[in-house]
This record gives sequence, C-alpha cells and structure tokens, in this order.
Amino acid sequence: MNSVRALLFRDMRLATRAGGSAMLALAFFAAVAALVPLGVGADLKLLGRIAGGMLWVAAILAALLSLDRIFQADYEDGSLDLIALSPLSLEASAAAKIAAHWLTTGLPLTLLSPVLGLLFNLPEQGYVALIASLALGTPAASAIGAIGAGLTLAVRRGGVILPLIVLPLLAPAVIFGAGAVLSALDGLANGALWLVAAFSLAAVLLAPFAAAAAVRLNLAS
Amino acid sequence: MIFEFANPKRFMTLSGALLPWFAGAAIILLGVGLYLGLFVAPPDYQQGDTVRIMFIHVPAAWVAMMAYGLMALASLFSLVWRHPLADVAAKTAAPLGALFTTLALITGSLWGKPMWGTYWQWDGRLTSFLILLFLYLGYIALWNAIEDELRAGRAAAILALVGVVNLPIIKFSVDWWTTLHQGESIFRPDGPTISAVFIWPLFLMAFGYTALFMTLWMIRIRTEILERRARTLMLGH
Repeated sequence: MNSVRALLFRDMRLATRAGGSAMLALAFFAAVAALVPLGVGADLKLLGRIAGGMLWVAAILAALLSLDRIFQADYEDGSLDLIALSPLSLEASAAAKIAAHWLTTGLPLTLLSPVLGLLFNLPEQGYVALIASLALGTPAASAIGAIGAGLTLAVRRGGVILPLIVLPLLAPAVIFGAGAVLSALDGLANGALWLVAAFSLAAVLLAPFAAAAAVRLNLAS
Repeated sequence: MIFEFANPKRFMTLSGALLPWFAGAAIILLGVGLYLGLFVAPPDYQQGDTVRIMFIHVPAAWVAMMAYGLMALASLFSLVWRHPLADVAAKTAAPLGALFTTLALITGSLWGKPMWGTYWQWDGRLTSFLILLFLYLGYIALWNAIEDELRAGRAAAILALVGVVNLPIIKFSVDWWTTLHQGESIFRPDGPTISAVFIWPLFLMAFGYTALFMTLWMIRIRTEILERRARTLMLGH
C-alpha cells in the first residue's frame, strides 16, 4: 500500500510541477469550450441547452490530451522498466497511475465545469447533474485512456492513433453524462447518472488489468 | 479440434479444399437470393420497391457484427494459446468487418432517404454501427502502427477484447439514447412479423453473405500465411 501511495504522489507531483500537463489540460478544456460559441453563435438559449454535452466532449478531449503522461514519459526515460521490476504488481501500478491521472485531470476539469457552465448560460437546475456526471464519469476516461496509452506505448506518433482507439470506447460515458445534464434540465428522473457511475466503475475495475497487459507486452522485448 | 487446424500447413490444405465450396455456395446463394429478392418478391405495400434494399442491407449488418465476434474469438485464442494462426485470422477479419459495416451504413442511408426523408439520423442503431466502424478502424490502425508483428498482434488482440466487453454497453447506451430504427422483426419469440415472401430471400442472402465472408476471409488468411512465408524465405537469403 505504501508503494502504491508513493507512486500516486510521484505521478501527481510530476503532473502538477513545472513541465507537467495538468494545467495545460485545464487550459485546453477552457479553450475548446470557448471555441464552441464562436462556432454555433451566441444564442444563449441554445448554448444553455448544449452546454452539458459540449462540456462533456471538451472534458474527454482534454483528458485524452494528457494521456501520454500515464505511461509514455516513464517509458521513454526508463522508469517504467523499474516500476515493472518493483515488487508492486503492474496492475496495482496501473491503477495508481490511473488514479493520479484522474486526480490531476478529471477532478480539476469537474471543478472548473460550473464556471464554464455559467459562461454557457446553463440553467440552474443543470449544475448538480453536470458536476456529478463529470465527477462520476471522468474516471472512465482516465481508465480506458490508460488502456489506449499502454497499447500505443511503442508506437511512434502514437498520439494520432490513441484518440481513434479510445474515443469510440468512451461513447457511453458521453451519452449518459450529457444525457444526465439534459434530463436534469427537463426535470426528469435522473437514471442516466447511475449509468455513468456503473460504466465508470466497470471501466476502473477492469482497465488496470488490460492496461497492465498492454504495458507488459510492450516492455517484453 | 481447433488446435489441429491451428497448424498453418494443415490449415492451408484444408482451406484449399474448402475454398471452392464456400465460393460456389456464396455465388449460388447470392444469385438465387438476389433473383428472389429483386424479381420475385412483390413490392411492399408501404415501402414499394425500396424494401428490396433490405436484402442487401440487413445481411451486411449481420455479417459485420459476426465478423467482430469472430475477430474477438480469434484474439482470445491468440492471447491465451498464442497461436500464430489466430493472430492472422483476427488481423484479416478486421478489414472485411469494416467493409461490411460500411456497406450496411451506406445501404441503410440510401434506404433512409426515401423512407425517413434523411440520409443520416442520429439514431441508436445507426450510431452504434458508426461506432463499430470506428472500432474496426482503430484496430486496423493499431495493427499497422506497430512494426513488430508479434507485438502488434498481441496489442490488437487486447484492443479487440476490450472492444467486445464494451460493444454491448455501447449498443445499449445508444439504443437508450434515441431510436428511430425499426425494432426486431425476425428473431422474435412469437415468430417473424414479416411475410414469407420476404423472409426466404432474406435468409438466402444472409447465408450467401456469410459464405462470401468465409470465402474472402480464407483467401485473406491464405495470402497472409504465404506472404509471411515469402518474407521468411527472403530473410533467410
């Protein structure tokens, strides 16, 4: 447990200190969100309606952007070999890395989302659903993203393939997440929120195994 | 039994013997099915002649899903038992699956224009098929991106299996999201709701498509085996 905590804190420090990409992902999130009104026009009613879905798409893209931090950087400087050799199982290391990625990307994105919701004129009744769905759903992005990051570890220009692999797998998170915000706006019962949570739980539970298998095959050479 | 045919040499003999039969079956079934579907079956009272697109569209969609299942099964064999042939089988099934998925999407949207008044609708069935296409494309891209064949095969196999876990979830999520596509009309507990005049050509076409897929798949596997052999020979010199 101590080594899991050590790895978690190490990854979080790397992400938040100089050269880390936690702030960049946040800035990217805000920049994508700011582009949308320029594209669809400043109709506040329309913006309030699409705010949930739009912020969800922006959040997924921002999480994708920083996926190379999970394994790639450690692979390049060789520390991933040491992590694999350590007594800690690779599955546990992958879980710690996924957690660190979420704490430095998904969580800040979730905290920033109500501010962007304000800019998008999201009606009052949507905020709880927006924050809850992002908080529950973004772990799935980190978890499934880690599988993609592991698979494309040895690929040159893996950054181009990674979204193609990960985005289709994340479709349910976007559908249920954005759906939860919409049904909150319409004052409907919010079953979608439970489905986001269920999808996220399944992803977080299974992804460390798939990601560890992917890393293992790329390290064995 | 599968392990016996996992030997590439034995597979080459067996598939060489089976190939003409599958190809012949594909030609006959597709020929008769198309004739029955295009000339014998009457125009539908609501859809008119447009209903005939179904004979091309529905079996393509079935085969597209079957191809993913077979690809995932082959991936499982490749990961668990490390059969080189399973790797080849999974790799070669993907482009075929992508092809049948594209065919289903194109014929579906051609049918959608006169019937729904639009080529594309963000409906559950259509969207999940589009995502299926992206899954195939991602799989193919991953294969092509990794140079080392063994490693590429294993990475792609993991991706295919992750996809197979996620596929029902995707399907179920988009179906809940919004739906326009008609419900199940063939495999229902109370029997099919479409008339026998339409069912027969549909089943013939479905078997024809399956035979066509098997034929193309075998050809692709054989080509890949020969290609690898040729490469090994070249490296030897």
